[in-house]
Amino acid sequence: MAYKYFEHEADVGIIGLGTTLAKAFEEAAKAVFNTEVEIKTVKPKQKIYIECSAENEEELFIEWINKLLAEADINDVVFSKFKIESMKNFRIKAYAFGEKLDQKKHKIKTEVKGATYSMLEIGKKNKHYFAKCVIDV
Amino acid sequence: MIKIPEEPKLTSLKEIEPYTWQLPKHGEMKVPGIIYGDKEIINHLLEDVKLGKEWNALKQVYNVATLPGIQKASLAMPDVHPGYGFAIGGVGAFDTKTGVISVAGVGFDINCGVRCLRTSLTKEDIVKNQEQLAQTLFDIIPAGLGSKGDIKLNFEEIDEVLVKGAEFCIERKYGTKEDLEFIEENGKINGADPKSVSDLAKRRQFKQIGTLGSGNHYLEVQYVDEIYDEKAAKTYGITKKGQILIAIHCGSRALGHQIGTDYLKELAAASRKYKIPIREKELVCAPFKSPEGQKYFSAVNAGINCAFANRQALVHLTRIAFEKAMKTPHKDIKTLYEIGHNTCKLEEHDGKQLIVHRKGSTRAFGPGRKEIPEAYSSIGQPVIVGGTMGTHSFILHGTKKGMEKTFGSACHGAGRLMSRNEAKRKWRGTELLKDLKAKGITIKGHSMAGIAEEAPGAYKDVTDVVNVMHNAGIAKKVVKVKPLVVIKG
Repeated sequence: MAYKYFEHEADVGIIGLGTTLAKAFEEAAKAVFNTEVEIKTVKPKQKIYIECSAENEEELFIEWINKLLAEADINDVVFSKFKIESMKNFRIKAYAFGEKLDQKKHKIKTEVKGATYSMLEIGKKNKHYFAKCVIDV
Repeated sequence: MIKIPEEPKLTSLKEIEPYTWQLPKHGEMKVPGIIYGDKEIINHLLEDVKLGKEWNALKQVYNVATLPGIQKASLAMPDVHPGYGFAIGGVGAFDTKTGVISVAGVGFDINCGVRCLRTSLTKEDIVKNQEQLAQTLFDIIPAGLGSKGDIKLNFEEIDEVLVKGAEFCIERKYGTKEDLEFIEENGKINGADPKSVSDLAKRRQFKQIGTLGSGNHYLEVQYVDEIYDEKAAKTYGITKKGQILIAIHCGSRALGHQIGTDYLKELAAASRKYKIPIREKELVCAPFKSPEGQKYFSAVNAGINCAFANRQALVHLTRIAFEKAMKTPHKDIKTLYEIGHNTCKLEEHDGKQLIVHRKGSTRAFGPGRKEIPEAYSSIGQPVIVGGTMGTHSFILHGTKKGMEKTFGSACHGAGRLMSRNEAKRKWRGTELLKDLKAKGITIKGHSMAGIAEEAPGAYKDVTDVVNVMHNAGIAKKVVKVKPLVVIKG
């Protein structure tokens, strides 16, 4: 549905919003990659399978973001679209879509080191799910 | 009767010596907190507490003081600001038998640090050829998101990097043995078992050796603007004003980040297992002697070696660029020193083995310590303090007092004052470039937004930070340097 940013003294706060928790996670992922590049400039040409798990919802969110960052690094890609196929028992199976990172073509911004537990919150407010945390840049 | 824990009294700071403030031992604290700062720095910290900010450095100083086995004090240097679990600028030393090792005390960018190179070039030499030098450095140094290094590794080779550190590069003729002499730990720390690092962390690093990264990382060509201590400067090979130095600020790249991510989970489990209260999600730890603690320590050592190799590869590329643009022979660019400022290391203090965490803090060993290169032994180690883009930086030297008071530790930089978003709202990258150009500074960066985030005004004045260290006697000023060329990610 949408992603937003919130103020943080040293790093970047991200929020994903959606009609389901999975959609909120997908939106939050967009917020992360839009911190690295202008995601509008990234075409969803390549598809990479993502799987991760954790012991609770909050940790799963951090795992999800960190797994995406790691896969982007390993495959030299940057993602702009996400599709969570299944999310149950604190396990995500998903696809991330993007293309080879090109410093000339994609408007690059700041590298993200990882998602942190700072300001980490998952919940539902006014019929919408949200997932937020601070990412270390 | 149930004992209700006492609430931390974070505003109870008192100045016990000039520029030295104590957070008295109370509540769950095992030792007091000691914060180095002038009135402005201290007021800024107190204001955060009074505003009820959850993200506050004094709370973090308090939390670290409650950890098992902490020695003497939970310390904060004058560039202190809130970090993840540990404050940036935080120092915590723990008994190896009864104390802990903490992910938060090292951070996500293991052994992030600064290599300083010295040349016999002068400011005039650079000014004549400034644009060309800047462009050549920018073309040769891989920087910014998605950049790749020349060295491509496989699993076997990355394991070699994790064990050998900078030596890995020297074996491939990326520098000389003399470089190793002037790197902390001679560019190779012992006790790194590659098995303690995940395959994911290793794979992320396959193409990242010899890359600068982004954020606050940079390569700067600087000139000596002021000499405060001629004898110390001469010992470090700095003989005159206008002499050109080069500073390379970066760390262990993706490998370090992934180690941080991996062990945050492992040590959270260890904290629960060993019943160490978790006061902040990131402030997780394990007893140093426990299998979990030893495994993390080994991974940190691997990360330290990775950063050593990374900077050594960048030094080689810098020499290539100077040869191309300035016709400077490689041998005329010598390593002055290299420091790390996100580490935890085994060190002996007052006859005791301690595990010393420095999170955004530089080791600042005083004269006579065996860890310092012989040539610098009479002065103490160089303490390289990076300023913000386009301002100035300092080299200080370690002191005996620093050894007594801070386990030989000092500040590492200016410390952020303003959020990245606020900086972007306030400044535009292109305008900053123009302003700095007018001041004679050439900046080359891959991201205008990144440049705006690193605007000089977004940081504390590094001079104030350094003066606190100098006036408190923890580290003394040797020279001030100003930039001519800055390469950013």
